[in-house]
Amino acid sequence: MVVVAKSSRVRKAKIRRWIIYAITVVVLVILAFTIDWATLQQAFFQPDIIRAMLPEVITIGAKNTIIYTTMAFAFGLILALFLALMKRSTIAPYRWFATGFIELFRGLPALITIILVAFGLPIALGIRVPGGTLGKGTLGLGLVAAAYMAETIRAGVEAVPRGQMEAARSLGMTRGKAMTYIILPQAFRIIIPPLTNELVLLIKDTSLLFVIGTTPLSKELTKFARDFMTETQNATPLTVAAIMYLIITLPLTYLVRRLEKRTNKGR
Amino acid sequence: MSDAPPILIEGLHKYFGELEVLKGVDLSVASGEVICVIGPSGSGKSTLLRCVNLLEQPTSGKVIIEGFDITDPETDVDAVRTKIGMVFQQFNLFPHLTVMKNLTIAQRKVLGRNEDEAVATATAMLERVGLSDKHDEHPIRLSGGQQQRVAIARSLCMNPDMMLFDEPTSALDPELIGEVLDVMRGLALDGMTMMVVTHEMGFANQVADRVLFMDEGIIMEEGPPSQVLGEPRNERTRRFLAAVAQT
Repeated sequence: MVVVAKSSRVRKAKIRRWIIYAITVVVLVILAFTIDWATLQQAFFQPDIIRAMLPEVITIGAKNTIIYTTMAFAFGLILALFLALMKRSTIAPYRWFATGFIELFRGLPALITIILVAFGLPIALGIRVPGGTLGKGTLGLGLVAAAYMAETIRAGVEAVPRGQMEAARSLGMTRGKAMTYIILPQAFRIIIPPLTNELVLLIKDTSLLFVIGTTPLSKELTKFARDFMTETQNATPLTVAAIMYLIITLPLTYLVRRLEKRTNKGR
Repeated sequence: MSDAPPILIEGLHKYFGELEVLKGVDLSVASGEVICVIGPSGSGKSTLLRCVNLLEQPTSGKVIIEGFDITDPETDVDAVRTKIGMVFQQFNLFPHLTVMKNLTIAQRKVLGRNEDEAVATATAMLERVGLSDKHDEHPIRLSGGQQQRVAIARSLCMNPDMMLFDEPTSALDPELIGEVLDVMRGLALDGMTMMVVTHEMGFANQVADRVLFMDEGIIMEEGPPSQVLGEPRNERTRRFLAAVAQT
């Protein structure tokens, strides 16, 4: 009886799967016949426009996206490290500051933080962040990235067994030396996959930097594509930008998968 | 400081929250003396050991190492700790470093030795624990017994005046215990001052100059192994030894 019940359940699942396949095929066939392929190609894949975008989409757009990402990530990572250590400090005001910072910048939309840095600071405090789009973008995106990465780093530090700190201290290392040489190297090994995820998110967030206002040479990929769209009244630039983003992000996500597999194997 | 005892403990109390784990411990360890601390789990013996190098902060009382009161906030605990080797139940080798780096990193970053000096010391110490061929391995590739011997070598590299062992063989498979005890026996013969928390009664009987039996946060009985292990006067000691003998 049990065997019969089981086999009938398996058969039902099989039938269900075939029905889904059949529906998918029918939908695809209908789409293939109803879609106006010529219009689609006209709107999204115009070779002339693609040619017109080259090589600037790479030498300006992609290059700036990578530069903004790298700078914001580097600044954010250093800031995050300090925040993570402050959050674990025995001195209460440090902890309060770190908690406040992290909650603030994780809670705000990245766009608002960027606008605050670019326009709020000069108006409210008379501070002008130097370095144009790069300077303001690094600061704005870096603050947001730091808030997220601080929690990641803290989790990594806490994942290192307590005995590691005890062994290091027993050998006469100060807290700082034990952190630098023993705890953080192990913590970073653990958090490379989530940090790479942060990097991928950051790449996409650079598209928000258009609000700062850009010069022809400081456009990142999205702004570059949007301006081209306005100019050509066509969506092809969007396709090109999308492909450029994927060329940058796909290897990174692949790398994360590899690293995660390796970390899991090491345990 | 040659006349000051390596370890002097006076009126040591330790609370974890409401729980009083050490209820007034006094102890003086002479230079070259080997002390084995035995007792049931929860008796405070590991806490006592961890108070000696301030891995646990005593609630009250004094811990005086070679004449320096390390419970005094003015004392540079990090400097005193280099004089005290510590071996843990879980080895606590640094998994991201090779065996050689495990042995040299504190020499270089704490004692300020240069690479050549540090490597020379490390090589000598690895030979002493019988693991000369393992210097390029990562700890994870070693057996538990080998890891613990590396941990002992790592402590020895700092040229400590005394060594603390916190149940050094409790995490080991039975067949690996002997190799670690052999290394410890060698250290004792060389005149190292040692304080060993252990369940190895054979080792205590053979190597210890003095055995402490701890229960409920105090030293219930102490004396030479022949007395504490052979003819215990305290009723609790007798019951503990009888329970251990049954396993």
